[in-house]
Amino acid sequence: MIRAHVTVAVLLLVAGVVAFDVGAVAKPLNPYTAPPMLALGSGMAAAGAHCAAPPPK
Amino acid sequence: MSQAASAAIPSSPGAAARSLALVAVAAVVLAVALLAGPRYGLLLLIGLGFGLALEGFRFGFTGPWRRMILERDASGLLAQLICIAIVASVAFPLLAANGAELKGAHAPIGVAMIGGAFVFGAAMQIVLGCGSGTLVNAGSGNAIGAVALPFFAIGSFAGAYHLTWWTNLGSLPVMVLSGGQGLAITLIGLAAVAGLALMLGKRGSHRLPARYWGAILALAALAILHLIVAGQPWGVVYGLGLWVAKVVVGLGGDLSGSAFWSAPGNQAQLAASVLTDVTSLTDFGLIGGAALMAWWRAGLASPIGVLPVRGWVAVIIAGLVLGYSSRLAFGCNIGAFFSGIGTGSAHGWVWFVAAFAGSWVGVRLRPWLGLEARK
Repeated sequence: MIRAHVTVAVLLLVAGVVAFDVGAVAKPLNPYTAPPMLALGSGMAAAGAHCAAPPPK
Repeated sequence: MSQAASAAIPSSPGAAARSLALVAVAAVVLAVALLAGPRYGLLLLIGLGFGLALEGFRFGFTGPWRRMILERDASGLLAQLICIAIVASVAFPLLAANGAELKGAHAPIGVAMIGGAFVFGAAMQIVLGCGSGTLVNAGSGNAIGAVALPFFAIGSFAGAYHLTWWTNLGSLPVMVLSGGQGLAITLIGLAAVAGLALMLGKRGSHRLPARYWGAILALAALAILHLIVAGQPWGVVYGLGLWVAKVVVGLGGDLSGSAFWSAPGNQAQLAASVLTDVTSLTDFGLIGGAALMAWWRAGLASPIGVLPVRGWVAVIIAGLVLGYSSRLAFGCNIGAFFSGIGTGSAHGWVWFVAAFAGSWVGVRLRPWLGLEARK
């Protein structure tokens, strides 16, 4: 077994996560409700999830 | 060199193959931008840049700490500190002037946070990969990274599931350094750590190899761009836990028992596409960028390493522990150390001390777990 096999397996795993999400979990994508390309200057509050965000009380 | 030997050396892909790969990557990025929105396509592109830079410059966070501990080679640690200083110099003024649009990686210091950082530091030395390192290793064909990755994700999900219980053990309010004074304190702190590393390091540690300078500039530029595009600094582990949470929900699981996963923000993230989650996109990019760079350099043809069974068991357990502890610690080397300190969070400094102490333990555990020869 060589490293290429491992890389292909990992890429397939990632593709599987995305496919499962699209097929079974997530709401359909809608680019027309997407935020502007840049958060800076958008006038919108930062809303993304981050590992450093304190947990809900 | 004999003909047989030269034939055994894998060759780099040709111009046509490279061009085709770049077209394929551009098509994926464009598809995400068109289907999900331009911000998300750009975040995937930034993640690809992180992966290309980390694999291309052979730079990371675990290896330099290991070399500092074992060989007193401070150069890699110095490179990390310089990179954080550059990011902080841009991020502090940006955050001060745009407090609503941009946010830092700010988290509370607490009992579980310190313990989590210590355990994370030990586990990352066992698998020789932190948050970003595990993704880059997995993408570049490292079997240990690939085996650790799914367990890292499961651990991240579980750690987030229990996070509120852990933080209730005791936490201080979030403490943030901000503005010009905060930046000055941060830069002085980074310089003090660099000075200490140079004092403890072997002679010549101050001379950084050219590839380190390449990594410093590339990572700093990408991290600043990430803040501007996403409105938040670079992070890794939230996305990994989200993937597992989505699988649990998709299979009919109920997450209402977790204060974390049932919180409105996380419920919204669970219901939305993974292609609109900031850390998921940069994580995908990290894996893809590392894979592309490894392929580009003909680094995918070598055989994978062989470990004893207890070594693989150790990798699986360490992967779980990495994920779980990184949630208690409010981040890994990226979310807590790099982005935490770079955006003024006091928890980033505490994380660094605790994780470095854990790394000292982890480095010494590797031979006992069959992951390297005992001396």
